[in-house]
Amino acid sequence: MVRYLVSFGLFAILVALLAVGLGHDPRRIPSPLIGKPAPQFSLPELAHPERTLSRKDLLGKVTLFNVWASWCVSCRDEMRVLDALAKSGVVPIYGLNYKDHRTAALEWLKAFGNPYVVNAFDQAGRVAINWGVYGVPETFVVDAKGIIRYKQIGPITPYALNRKILPLVRRLQEEARR
Amino acid sequence: MRRLYPLLLLLLLMPAVPAVRAASPAAAPTVPTSGFTNPREDARYHALLKNLRCLVCQNESLQDSQAGLAKDLRREVRDQMRQGKSNRDIVRYLVARYGDFVLYRPPLMHSTYLLWFGPFIGLLIGIVVLVALVRKRARAPDGEPPPDGARKRLVELLRDREGPKT
Repeated sequence: MVRYLVSFGLFAILVALLAVGLGHDPRRIPSPLIGKPAPQFSLPELAHPERTLSRKDLLGKVTLFNVWASWCVSCRDEMRVLDALAKSGVVPIYGLNYKDHRTAALEWLKAFGNPYVVNAFDQAGRVAINWGVYGVPETFVVDAKGIIRYKQIGPITPYALNRKILPLVRRLQEEARR
Repeated sequence: MRRLYPLLLLLLLMPAVPAVRAASPAAAPTVPTSGFTNPREDARYHALLKNLRCLVCQNESLQDSQAGLAKDLRREVRDQMRQGKSNRDIVRYLVARYGDFVLYRPPLMHSTYLLWFGPFIGLLIGIVVLVALVRKRARAPDGEPPPDGARKRLVELLRDREGPKT
């Protein structure tokens, strides 16, 4: 009897371990940049190549820094969420247009909506690497001091927005006001 | 079945034999060119790439992966080598951005003790269990003494088996 119980116990432990393993999403690699200052960058703007956007443009307020591309299908789904968020005016969204063509990106914004305050144009993808980006879309929450506080890997779902991003943004805005 | 055991064991070990691997007709992946003319630098470049993981296709190294990100990361490694950065600098740069996940050889830390030592612990437990079982069997008595008359019956049976005497 004891023998069966021991075997069953071991089996149950194995099943529990496997269940935990299945629950993990291997594509979600936690960013070591959270809690660290956002990396420096200086890039031409997407719509106005003669102007530049740099890290210091993000400072002084809580911002979302959204990495996207016109060739990215799930960015399209995300656009509805971002559009609604931009209209609410809660938090400014800055964009990093990743490895794209300028004309394609601008057309895409015309077709699917433009929630961005301004977009940086990272054609070579070097700034994205510096930010630890490995897929699009990805979104960083950057606080007023320029510290990365959260990274959303994959599109922002309404669930992620309401449960994680918005509460965090409000808390950070509170912090910045103090 | 018992006779099959060595064969099964051999089959299990097959993938570990490099000669078998080399003979398999798997398509050779195109090796990315480093652009370094110095063979030493070229070797260093490829050695670095082999130990770095592509974040997109997670079971491929930067050396093997054809993903866009892998190409960009290869370019990053190459550029940093040209700038005179050491291997350690380059690895540190990538780990700072992508975490230990980019390393094919995870560093020895609290959270990786089980990963590094787990197999040896498992082996140790196995050996202990094996030794305990073998000792228990060796010590066990051969069972009850044969009942009366068993010996006589056995002799009879053996005699019968030999067939009729000529």
